[in-house]
Amino acid sequence: MTEATELLVRTRKLLAAHPPAGTGRLDFLRARFDAGLAWVHYPEGLGGLGAPRSLQAVVDAELEAAGAPDNDPRRIGIGLGMAAPTILRFGTEEQKRRYLKPLWTGEEVWCQLFSEPGAGSDLAALGTRAVRDEQGPSRSSEAETGGGWVVNGQKVWTSSAHLARWAILIARTDPDVPKHQGITYFICDMTDLGVEVRSLRQITGEAEFNEVFLTDVRIPDSCRLGEVGDGWRVAQTTLMNERVSIGGMRVPREGGMIGPVAKTWRERPDLRTHDLHQRLLELWVQAEVVRLTGERLRQQLVAGQPGPEGSGMKLAFARLNQEISGLEVEILGSEGLLYDDWTMRRPELVDFTGREAGYRYLRAKGNSIEGGTSEVLLNIVAERVLGLPAEPRTDKDIPWKDLAR
Amino acid sequence: MTTQPDLLYSEEEEALRRAVRDLLTDHCDPAGVIARIASNAPHDRSLWKTLAQSMGLAGLLVPESLGGQGASHREAAVVLEELGRAVAPVPYLTSAVVATEALLACGGDEAAGLLAELASGRTVGALAVGLAVRPGGAYRVVRHEEGSLYGELTTVADAAVADVLLVPARDGGLYAVDADAATIIPQVSLDLTRPLATVTFDGAAGRLLTDDAQTSVRRALCGGAGLLTAEQLGVAEWCLTQTVRHLKERRQFNRPLGGFQALKHRLAELWLEVAGLRAAARNAADALATGSEDMDIAVAVAQAYAAPVAVHAAEEAVQLHGGVGMTWEHPVHLYLKRAKADSIAYGTAGSHRATLAELADLRAP
Repeated sequence: MTEATELLVRTRKLLAAHPPAGTGRLDFLRARFDAGLAWVHYPEGLGGLGAPRSLQAVVDAELEAAGAPDNDPRRIGIGLGMAAPTILRFGTEEQKRRYLKPLWTGEEVWCQLFSEPGAGSDLAALGTRAVRDEQGPSRSSEAETGGGWVVNGQKVWTSSAHLARWAILIARTDPDVPKHQGITYFICDMTDLGVEVRSLRQITGEAEFNEVFLTDVRIPDSCRLGEVGDGWRVAQTTLMNERVSIGGMRVPREGGMIGPVAKTWRERPDLRTHDLHQRLLELWVQAEVVRLTGERLRQQLVAGQPGPEGSGMKLAFARLNQEISGLEVEILGSEGLLYDDWTMRRPELVDFTGREAGYRYLRAKGNSIEGGTSEVLLNIVAERVLGLPAEPRTDKDIPWKDLAR
Repeated sequence: MTTQPDLLYSEEEEALRRAVRDLLTDHCDPAGVIARIASNAPHDRSLWKTLAQSMGLAGLLVPESLGGQGASHREAAVVLEELGRAVAPVPYLTSAVVATEALLACGGDEAAGLLAELASGRTVGALAVGLAVRPGGAYRVVRHEEGSLYGELTTVADAAVADVLLVPARDGGLYAVDADAATIIPQVSLDLTRPLATVTFDGAAGRLLTDDAQTSVRRALCGGAGLLTAEQLGVAEWCLTQTVRHLKERRQFNRPLGGFQALKHRLAELWLEVAGLRAAARNAADALATGSEDMDIAVAVAQAYAAPVAVHAAEEAVQLHGGVGMTWEHPVHLYLKRAKADSIAYGTAGSHRATLAELADLRAP
């Protein structure tokens, strides 16, 4: 039996034992996890079977055809895409068993406490402090693992913080060494009384993100991921997985931001001018080329030959989304002077192509900032793809506490 | 039926690339090209002989039954990427692609005979249509009277080395004319590695290939436009690679110039454009190879994207090479001239965008 057939048999067994029609959503998801069909490339006992990642599609298709519920991956993207791979790689057996299952089923939502007001592109400069808890924890199991930590600081741009049960957190544990060396990676309990979540209203009028204030938050040492002082390396796994999870989907022509603009153009001949026509055609071509570049990257990944194009895709998408949405507002003319709604809201899901033109224009401004600014990405392409010299650095060898702030 | 395009290169295509690149490394170095273009014989006939005859690459688009290799546009595109990278002065695009496509559309014994000759590489063909004409665009024709042709055509690429000209006439026919029977006068061309010529017919004997020149010419220019993007990719890649190399080596202010962020970002932007061009050019070659219903859009998208990218790459290369980039001795000017001429060849980016306005239903006001 091939691996794919074996997975198919297992999937059908799961469906027979837990018919979706007569099983509660959560019960089904838990059973799926236990059957190793949650993420087949994860190890046995942790929701997987150690199978090739590409075979997940076989399982997903079969489950979808049977009308089985999924774990609503968009709602728990940070857990799935960032926390889970990091826990898998650096977590203890106990941590993996404790966190991965409710993370995958969505019972426990995760958020990411990385960026700070003073540490954006220069994330390693972060100043949130974690110090050893001198008083010591009351529970004996924690005393065995070396006591706990007390965390103070401020994090920002945290999506889902107001929904999250847990956070992945990086904090400074040693200010006396150069900045990359004094960071430690933790799992933070978002229900701790010292955690305060404030919504952060953004230029669109709504609040997708939060500011998170940490005041004497106590974290047991059993919630540390990786060694003390090794947090920067651990965080690289998180951030690498963030970039991998972008792209990878096959997109049809006019599948992105250009879609609604082309539709408006076709439906509203009254809005057309020669100038707008030329600019629309130029952007339509660019959108198609970016789509093809993404498709080529996808084919390379399927063929097992990942190309360097991935580093550039986010750059290309950001620029394209901004230019297209900007043109769209202009095409609309006097309607472009209006905005659908400035009411402060907390959207659960974010759709860059959702709502109306004005929203798309404003939201797209974030595309060249979030997840790595375009300026930093250009440096990455120049240095890692083209092999050009790295930026001169004055911050690598001096203790964090002596850095200019 | 629309299938997903294959945007990668197969192992065989990579092997072909290596073979062509090795040949060009040995026989088409920049200094040699610069020396050649200053002479009266800018075309490299000996390189053409190796490429077309020894390696059999002139017949890639011709079926085996007609004496060709029975390969496809995908392979021809790989050859053109390499020829672009070397700005090789050989009539590959004009003879092995454009003239060949025109003959493939003709059918009939006369065309079949010529195809076999072109595929062997012993005969060079040129479509007597101005290089700037886009697929589906209007082109000049000559007069046909009792088996003889009269008239003058200009900016015909590679006519100077052609053995046979494919000539559209006012009566709607496409005629084969031996180059000896026409007067071919080289024009002073912007792109010295793809020289243009004026072709004059004064009673030249023409052999009728087809009554429907329009269909032949359209197919020829579509193939030419689509595969020109592969050449433009090669040109752009050379410019990017050489500029990166130069900026790593060149030191000013006690640092390699490539360490300055203003320059790093410009090169990263260029790399991104070239990555897009590769995907678009590959898509066009694949669509031509499979005869996809998406072919016209694929070609127009690739053409609309390729010209600005290749020109940008060449202009950046000139600027970032500093003073040396302005010299005749350094080969970068060959690439600038090729890139700029290519931006007009087989239709400008703007004319291809106009085509897309129709094809993608994005109508003008």
